[in-house]
Amino acid sequence: MTELPLYTEHHPRWIRRRVSTYWWLGRGSYLVFILRELSSIFVAWFVLYLLLLVRRIGQGEGAYEYFLAWSARPLVLSLNVLSLFFVVFHAVTWFNLAPKAMVVHVGHTRVPGVLIAASNYGAWVVASAIVFWFVLGG
Amino acid sequence: MGKSADRITLQVARYRPEQDVAPSFQEYEVPCPKDWVVLDGLNYVKDRLDGTLSYRWSCRMGICGSCGMTVNGEPKLTCATFLTDYAPGPVRVEPLRNFPIVRDLIVEIGDFMRKLVTVKPWIVRTAEKPLSEGAYRQTPQELEEYKQFSMCINCMLCYAACPIYGLDPHFIGPAAIALAQRYNLDNRDEGNAERLQILSQHEGIWGCTFVGECTKVCPKHVDPAGAIQRYKLDASVEWLKSFFMPRGA
Repeated sequence: MTELPLYTEHHPRWIRRRVSTYWWLGRGSYLVFILRELSSIFVAWFVLYLLLLVRRIGQGEGAYEYFLAWSARPLVLSLNVLSLFFVVFHAVTWFNLAPKAMVVHVGHTRVPGVLIAASNYGAWVVASAIVFWFVLGG
Repeated sequence: MGKSADRITLQVARYRPEQDVAPSFQEYEVPCPKDWVVLDGLNYVKDRLDGTLSYRWSCRMGICGSCGMTVNGEPKLTCATFLTDYAPGPVRVEPLRNFPIVRDLIVEIGDFMRKLVTVKPWIVRTAEKPLSEGAYRQTPQELEEYKQFSMCINCMLCYAACPIYGLDPHFIGPAAIALAQRYNLDNRDEGNAERLQILSQHEGIWGCTFVGECTKVCPKHVDPAGAIQRYKLDASVEWLKSFFMPRGA
């Protein structure tokens, strides 16, 4: 597109407004968006926490007991409760957005968005049930 | 202020480049019958109160996409926004956000226009079939695939609602991508690969972080956010294909 007219690029009389640094506080949906983006940090923390846990288990019972005691500290516990909130928020918002990105056809009919979101939630419930079964019954 | 039942106050943003250094607000009291939209109020100001007010409009019926403005902080088509919904007022009317202001409520839209043509929003054919073979026929299902995206009227409300476009003016933006998808999903079109080159750049679909406001403000229910996310999926699949099958399948 080299032939595009660029003569309108500079015009000293136009008012160009800067977006405020705090633009995300101006509207509820912008704030939810920023929180959703922020939630990825907590997701990353849970991954790291899981890796640390696996490492401690590998180091033997003493290390595992130490890790449990460390996890019970108020600061770590509060961080994990906060992380759980953000991870659930992350999952719910993305499951709700999934139908926007996924268009599935069965034959000639388009699968309704509600079903795509529901299948994500269904998979979540099944995965959680398997984890519970391992932890409690397995 | 604007309290009387049959009248309402408009607070209209004014910017006269020959005399102002910054936009300011001017108040006008206009009638507020049930069937009056914000645009009717502006036309009343222009005709009866202050002929110097400048704004764009044309069809008055949500087709031309010219009269997009910020009404009480929300991007709206002023021809489809009723004054009574804002009673007792005042109603604040400002130019669309994220675009340079030329005068009063008029914004400079050249950036959008230039971006729009880069995605080739028309049917691209490698070879036209001869006339003797007749028209390109399409089933209702094939039409349904792209119809939603074809409803876009280029009103640019989605650009005004998109914080990404405000922060990064290089972002190609919601409507241009939705219109690219309108043609990509049309079974008569063969321009998918050409558009992918433009749209798969960082300033294309990957600039979008899925705030979703474009879809919320769209007066024609086009769902540009959906179009962009779908395209991200398509572009990723294309990339994987080119990675694993570099010579084409």
